[in-house]
Amino acid sequence: MRNTNNTGLPPAQGLYRPEFEHDSCGVGFVANIKGKRSHQIILDADHLLCRMDHRGARGAEPNTGDGAGMLTALPHEFLAKVAMQEFGATLPPPGKFAAGIVFLPQDPAERERCKKVVAEICAETKQTLVGWRVVPINVAAADVGNSALDAAPFIEQLFVAAGPGFEGDAFERALYVLRKRASHRLRGDKTLAEAKQFYVCSLSSKIVIYKGMLTPGQLLQFYTDLQDPDYTTHLAMVHSRFSTNTFPSWDRAQPNRFMAHNGEINTLRGNESWMRARQGVVASDLYGDSMRDLFPIGEPDCSDSGVFDNVLEFLLMSGRTLQESIMMMVPEAWQKNDLMPENKRAFYEYHSCLMEPWDGPASIAFTDGKYIGAVLDRNGLRPSRYYLTTDDRVIMASEVGVVPIDPAHVKAKGRLEPGRMFLIDFERGRLVPDDELKNEYANRRPYAEWLEANRIALRDVTSARPAPEIDGATLLPRMQAFGYTSETLQFMLQPMVKEHRDPVGSMGNDSALAVLSDKPRMLYDYFRQLFAQVTNPPIDSIREEVIMSLECYIGPEHNLLETTPKHAERLRLRQPILTNEELDGIKSMNQRGWRTLTVDITFPASEAKGGLKRAIDRICAEAESAIDEGYTMLVLSDRAIGPDRIPVSALLACGAVHHHLVSRAKRTRIGIVLETGEAREVHHHCLLVGYGADGINPYLAFEALAQSRDAGLLDANTDLVGDYRQAVAKGMLKVMAKMGISTLQSYKGGQIFEALGLASDVIDRCFRGTVSRLQGVNFSVLEQETLRRHALGYPVDPLDKLPSLPNPGEFHWRSAGEKHAWDPQAIFSLQVAARRGDRNAYRQFAAHINEEARKNGALRGLLEFRTSANPAELDDVEPASEIVKRFVTGAMSFGSLSAEAHETLAVAMNRIGGKSNTGEGGEDPARFVPLPNGDSRRSAIKQVASGRFGVTIAYLANADELQIKMAQGAKPGEGGELPGKKVDDNIARIRYSTPGVGLISPPPHHDIYSIEDLAQLIHDLKNANPVARVSVKLVSEVGVGTIAAGVVKAHADHVLISGDNGGTGASPLTSIKHAGLPWELGLAETHQTLVMNDLRSRAVVQTDGGLKTGRDVVIAALLGAEEMGFSTAPLIALGCIMMRKCHLNTCPVGVATQDPVLRKKFAGQPEHVVNYLFMVAEEAREIMASLGIRRFIDLVGRVELLQPRAAINHWKADGLDLTPLLTPAPKPRPDTDVYCTKQQDHRLNLALDNKLIALAKKSIQQRKKTRAELDISNTNRTVGAMLSYEVVKKWGADALPYDTVRFKFNGTAGQSFGAFLAKGITLELEGDSNDYVGKGLSGGRIIIYPPAEATFTAEDNVLIGNVALYGATSGRAFFRGRAAERFCVRNSGAKAVVEGVGDHGCEYMTGGRAVILGPTGLNFAAGMSGGVAYVLDVNKEFASKCNTGTVDLEAIEEDEDIVELREMIELHLEYTRSAVAARILDDWPSSLKEFVKVMPTDYKRVLTERKRHDEEMEQTLRDDETGTFVAHGR
Amino acid sequence: MGKPTGFMEYPKKSVPYRDSAERTRDFGEIFTPPDEQHLRNQGARCMDCGVPFCQSDNGCPIDNLIPEWNDLVYQGRWRDALDRLHKTNNFPEFTGRTCPAPCEGACVLGITDPAVTIKNIENAIIDRGFAQGWVTPQIPAARTGKRVAIIGSGPAGLAAADQLNKAGHTATVYERADRIGGLLMYGIPNMKLDKQVVNRRVDLLRASGIEFVVNADVGRNVDAAKLRAEHDAVLLATGATTPRDLKIPGRDLPGVHFAMEFLAANTRSLLDSNLADGKYISAKGKRVVVIGGGDTGADCIGTALRHGCTSLVNLELLDEPPAKRAHDNPWPLWPKILRTDYAHEESITRFGADPRNYAVVSKDFGDGGGKVASVKIVRIEWQRGEGPPKMIELPATAETLEADLVLLAMGFLGPEAYLSQALGVELDPRSNYKAEHGRFATSQKGVFAAGDCRRGQSLVVWAINEGRGAARAVDEFLMGSSLLPAPKLTMGGTTG
Repeated sequence: MRNTNNTGLPPAQGLYRPEFEHDSCGVGFVANIKGKRSHQIILDADHLLCRMDHRGARGAEPNTGDGAGMLTALPHEFLAKVAMQEFGATLPPPGKFAAGIVFLPQDPAERERCKKVVAEICAETKQTLVGWRVVPINVAAADVGNSALDAAPFIEQLFVAAGPGFEGDAFERALYVLRKRASHRLRGDKTLAEAKQFYVCSLSSKIVIYKGMLTPGQLLQFYTDLQDPDYTTHLAMVHSRFSTNTFPSWDRAQPNRFMAHNGEINTLRGNESWMRARQGVVASDLYGDSMRDLFPIGEPDCSDSGVFDNVLEFLLMSGRTLQESIMMMVPEAWQKNDLMPENKRAFYEYHSCLMEPWDGPASIAFTDGKYIGAVLDRNGLRPSRYYLTTDDRVIMASEVGVVPIDPAHVKAKGRLEPGRMFLIDFERGRLVPDDELKNEYANRRPYAEWLEANRIALRDVTSARPAPEIDGATLLPRMQAFGYTSETLQFMLQPMVKEHRDPVGSMGNDSALAVLSDKPRMLYDYFRQLFAQVTNPPIDSIREEVIMSLECYIGPEHNLLETTPKHAERLRLRQPILTNEELDGIKSMNQRGWRTLTVDITFPASEAKGGLKRAIDRICAEAESAIDEGYTMLVLSDRAIGPDRIPVSALLACGAVHHHLVSRAKRTRIGIVLETGEAREVHHHCLLVGYGADGINPYLAFEALAQSRDAGLLDANTDLVGDYRQAVAKGMLKVMAKMGISTLQSYKGGQIFEALGLASDVIDRCFRGTVSRLQGVNFSVLEQETLRRHALGYPVDPLDKLPSLPNPGEFHWRSAGEKHAWDPQAIFSLQVAARRGDRNAYRQFAAHINEEARKNGALRGLLEFRTSANPAELDDVEPASEIVKRFVTGAMSFGSLSAEAHETLAVAMNRIGGKSNTGEGGEDPARFVPLPNGDSRRSAIKQVASGRFGVTIAYLANADELQIKMAQGAKPGEGGELPGKKVDDNIARIRYSTPGVGLISPPPHHDIYSIEDLAQLIHDLKNANPVARVSVKLVSEVGVGTIAAGVVKAHADHVLISGDNGGTGASPLTSIKHAGLPWELGLAETHQTLVMNDLRSRAVVQTDGGLKTGRDVVIAALLGAEEMGFSTAPLIALGCIMMRKCHLNTCPVGVATQDPVLRKKFAGQPEHVVNYLFMVAEEAREIMASLGIRRFIDLVGRVELLQPRAAINHWKADGLDLTPLLTPAPKPRPDTDVYCTKQQDHRLNLALDNKLIALAKKSIQQRKKTRAELDISNTNRTVGAMLSYEVVKKWGADALPYDTVRFKFNGTAGQSFGAFLAKGITLELEGDSNDYVGKGLSGGRIIIYPPAEATFTAEDNVLIGNVALYGATSGRAFFRGRAAERFCVRNSGAKAVVEGVGDHGCEYMTGGRAVILGPTGLNFAAGMSGGVAYVLDVNKEFASKCNTGTVDLEAIEEDEDIVELREMIELHLEYTRSAVAARILDDWPSSLKEFVKVMPTDYKRVLTERKRHDEEMEQTLRDDETGTFVAHGR
Repeated sequence: MGKPTGFMEYPKKSVPYRDSAERTRDFGEIFTPPDEQHLRNQGARCMDCGVPFCQSDNGCPIDNLIPEWNDLVYQGRWRDALDRLHKTNNFPEFTGRTCPAPCEGACVLGITDPAVTIKNIENAIIDRGFAQGWVTPQIPAARTGKRVAIIGSGPAGLAAADQLNKAGHTATVYERADRIGGLLMYGIPNMKLDKQVVNRRVDLLRASGIEFVVNADVGRNVDAAKLRAEHDAVLLATGATTPRDLKIPGRDLPGVHFAMEFLAANTRSLLDSNLADGKYISAKGKRVVVIGGGDTGADCIGTALRHGCTSLVNLELLDEPPAKRAHDNPWPLWPKILRTDYAHEESITRFGADPRNYAVVSKDFGDGGGKVASVKIVRIEWQRGEGPPKMIELPATAETLEADLVLLAMGFLGPEAYLSQALGVELDPRSNYKAEHGRFATSQKGVFAAGDCRRGQSLVVWAINEGRGAARAVDEFLMGSSLLPAPKLTMGGTTG
């Protein structure tokens, strides 16, 4: 698609929005530490870039890449040469001139215009334009794809000489202003058709950037400059891009001017908006009046990396150093790290008063020519490995093995650690260690003193006077008027205080959308929380609490460009919920000239009509003038509510004020605190903070809880406020973590929400920038809703006063309450239909569902079919038996479901040729074998979720589809927990865990932090089962289409778009109700985006999330799905009655329980499901006939057969605009396929395993031994998986006898070395390896050690990458050297030895053994519930690094432990010749004392119980044998 | 909420009736007082369903907040339970005693286990409420000045009156009998619903401001047009009092009576004179045949037993219901299964056999000296196919039963005609007042109808449903809008 702006990205259309494009990448650099220039550095960097080709992506066209680029030092000699050739000019000496690549319009006239403007600006800024040089390019040699060429700019190089008096930084600043001024003037010029083509890649006296929409291999071919041997540099930074779209975009290629980025900035929207707000208080002597030329600091049409770069540059150019600026923007997790030196902590804390973190999974490489460095985000989610060589080279990249280096020349191998910086100082010619560097900056100013003297603690402002009392007499009407229901208390507030967490529920949300509900709904219900999927990982806010923080400084900020003690003068809040006393303190504060204005946010009942909008105007005006009058804090208060005062929703007031002040660039001059009776649930608080609130005092929630306590519903001693705050804090952290955001400071104002059903007048006024794709209710409807609620509490006629809270049945269905899709009639008629195969009952069911959906509830209810004038004969329509093959059942684990229910579903789906899904609980191998009657209990779809429970090579090999679960409709962005009481012997066996010990699925897949990681997992799974299709499950939210495009580019064969209605065994109610969007939106967006990118033909699209009838199926097909999933409906057919007790294990019909007594009550039969699905298909056929469509596939994407229902006629739904949903997908070519017609090319033919399989032929066929030695490189990925597949296909899960196959490799292994390695296979590697070594290890053995000729100390260097042995179920591994982050995460059975690990070692481990013969990082053993780790703790510092939430630390005293440990170390020595092992064994008795045993408490308890039980059994048996056994009564 | 595992821990146990031999010696209530701990355990059996079918269309017609008050009873919070109970049900003491409890038929626990004893719990809550003095008159704070006449003082009329009074309207209830209560007073015998219980409620209503006029037979001794003119609205709640007759030879013989004649006279005499005045049809020493196997039939049996009959036969046209739900009668439909009611149990105790005789049709009444002496019956078979089942008489199965007293308990057909004629109200094809459920408005403006006279013979609980719904409709008619709750129709904000 071309568009007139030529940026490449198409404009927003249908549901597609360009701002949701994501990218992710490979990044790296090569440099000479001493600053010695050479051309070899370019060649090495090019090699590095090409070796990371698999981390980038291509679109539908193989020779069009997503972008590649290289940043080098300015090559003076080379430029002097070309300048002489081009303009016969002699360039000034280095430092006195600048050069840069500039993208220009293709149109010659427009190009000249641009150049003319640049010349003018040069003159304005007093610099000398030397000339323009057309950059030579070789399109043919580079073989650049047509889509890239179509969008290509005209590329020239600009030479500028420093004006008189401009030197060094001053010259760079002048260039900065020049570039900014030119960009603003030209890119914003509406008279230029190609305005957006104008882009300055860089303009600097130090560095230059060559980049474009190229593949890594094309870069050097395309830019012939880079091939010139005279082109020398001391540094080269490269980047290859993996974008979720395939739209050509040359300027989005990286490196950016100062950095290249692998990852994602999740908090971008908040960061941008705060930067905009700060422009009001930014000033610098360096710029004076030209400051305005720099605004907006963040350029529009930029990617997240681009905006980050803009801000970094701004900080740099105004006097901070590169290092300091990076430390400000990407701080370490300082809040909870007690090990951090005090001065560094103070540095971070002080700077948190200036700026919020730019948060997200990021590996950022940065340079200004003087320094080059890299930094990892606080969670360390991206890999960054480096080598230092004896010849002064440094190579840093996302992977190792990317530049050929003689092992003898390696001085050190390391990795970047979370939050740590890696810096080369070329002037000093050395690597500056993180500690030294940060210590230097921390000591520059007395930050701790400044903080101590200036910051204001909340306790200092707490008022002495008594806080407002609870007013029992007016409580009920106030609660009614604020929309409290009896469910608010029952399901939300009381459990929050009792359980100290966001309350949990089960099954999905089937109640009406707020915009379709007849009831007045809270404004909060119109918002859905956004969440991370694929392009960035969610965080585990519980197990990885060390990086999370709710602490914020609030109140006026000062000039960002200065660093003074005054900057620390802000009010510190540990968390955002304020007690009545604290709020009162803030209201009456008078410290240091701070003053607080309380603004009443209620309006008089007498002016009800239009009063809401007028009130908002007034509130905004009062807020703004408060700033002008010198107030420092605002309290927006609805305390004045009463019969005559109606409250404006706190959310409306907060959003309106926040946006008003941001737009006036005044927001950072005041703090905003809410005193509101409205906010009470976690979701409410998240929204308020997300739209700018600094603090919230939910006074009515406190009063309601106090009343519950007085009524005896809560323990009399409960610390209501404390417990409530704790629950809110936990819940908010989880909501933030869902999006991968770790600090409230960067979540604040981040607007991480999508609105569903709000009209643009409301959005523009109060929630600007929030997506609301279908419009919806406007101010006037919101006003009506407010009035209706107010009238409940304060009726006009006192006779109408109600004695208690209403129960509208929002959670549990109630007669005449809120509509639920699964109401009694629906459940009843479906069960009758399914059990009896009764078509009349089915018709009643379908009519009821379709009618109810129409009247209330679902988006699809607002659609109707355009029936054909020429309907088809029903007999001519594809038979139901074919249609049902497109049906699958959803992922429900054995564990959440009973064995009976799980197996019945599988049998049913196998009977009809559809597919059932294992869910994430593994599968009993016994089910792989068909039953005597021909039925099969094998699930065709094997799910691979973050917990990797039971994901063995045999499991993977026995699948027709492997489904990677990125998110789940009921709780996207969250992990799961299976409570210990549901883990019986059988489940524990299948999940490789311990009975009775609870299991945790992490929120992220620890091998998927980005799109290229997902591509890697897809590749791993394809290797583990080449005949299964690989599916990726996503959840509907705005932007899911672009994610899906990325997923298809990552070679998924199949994409599932799940809707928000999906069920769950257990999930916080906040998530069930408020996360994710309906499938209709996600599916349509996905289909539209995939077709636009010509990717639709490469993958099958499936949807699920509340499908029930044939009508639903046909609508799903018309919106773009080929396949449909059903979960709740088949469960109901099997007897589920929506008890919503799955999480309590008390399902009374035996469906979702492991209780043996309850399981006996299960009465479902496979034919119930078969009957139901056939009737669904028959209904679909009837609709197809009416549409005149005979083949099901011909329905796909035909949105023109749908239309909005003629008269919706609903007081709220009237405002909806369904056009975006019904926009036909724009085809790039007329013949673009709109459903899957092609197979993905997984390039398995290139796999090293083909060779291994050939070598091991006799082992595979006859179990004979194989031995061979081969070379390996980082492009050999997933070595061993395909071989393992062949083995288990032949021999089953038992695979081969020990050490049947043994391969020895030399070199650097690619990612996933030894993934899913089967029993009987040994892989030995002399060299090192990248991430994911031994992922899913299934009985095989992996041995890695450094090359014999290496001179470095093995145990001090990094040998293997991140996330080794993730989800390993059995087998052994020996690593002579250190592992990076997350070693043995979710290991459930492998035994491993390693010589040091990074952060989060043994996280979530449930079984196996880990022996760590060296230091560990932080947060060791978080969430570990099984297995044992033995850690050599020479320096006695391990205890401070271990997360003892679930484990105990013990000495090693038991004989069996000693034997086991010794045996493992002996093997380690034998296999790897480890020096550490040798030393330990040499002095075994004293070494033993230095070991710490890490023992999970639960595991220990269960083992002890079992031991006692076994002993009792033995005693009983002995007694029995000796004849003393006395029979017990029965 | 509640005890999640309660249903697994406690077996179902109903509150027992008094000993069946002992209780037939008097007309006192058959119930025994419940034990608190027992009821709390039974309340704990409630599963707090995500979809409580006890509230569904197959469950409680008045949306009783069953999960809520089950839980409150489990917690021992009786007062709160009572408040919740009264929100949806004006007269829990009536339904708690007489309702067949469709809620229990629809109870989700009933899929696999015996249902929660909802009705026992309901009754215990209200009885405790009265015992504790928690049930007090509800006098509205202000009066609207609107006057509403309610014709008929059965459960529909009383419920409507209670609701309208709460809304501030002045309600006057007209009753043609000498005592207030309609079916509650004279239809249901004292052992099932003690008349003190009815009077207690009527007294409360009176104290709340409702006016009652007895012996006022509108359309006969009270002028209908005048009544309409004197009120802002009129609600017909006359019940369905036309009994279904059995026009076979011998029908006119003395000793053949409608059940209601038998039951009403008995109660009146009981209340007037403790049966001393002899103004009732006694079954003492008689061989009794009751035709019709419903609740009324059972009440006839119970009453005849208490009189001292010498034998009892109960004839039913339909087949004997199965012991368990039939294939075409799945949960949560009302379980059409064999139930042994209090009277059947008593009869078994007295005579050693179940009196019920299924699938028989009565052919004629034999004449023995100018009064009935026998009933001739023939066995039948029901043939099912397309359309309604057909009744086939089986050859050579004729039988003659000796009988001194025959009671016809075969149901009711609709309201009596004189009132509709007097008011000019249209009827529906089943001879009920024509009015749509939910609107309750008859063809005459300002005249509404509720209860059996509108929907046909039904349960007390349905009468309450209609009375409440009609009150809302009347309120809306009078005031333009209404916040009165109406079951199955509105939330009205009062549930929970």
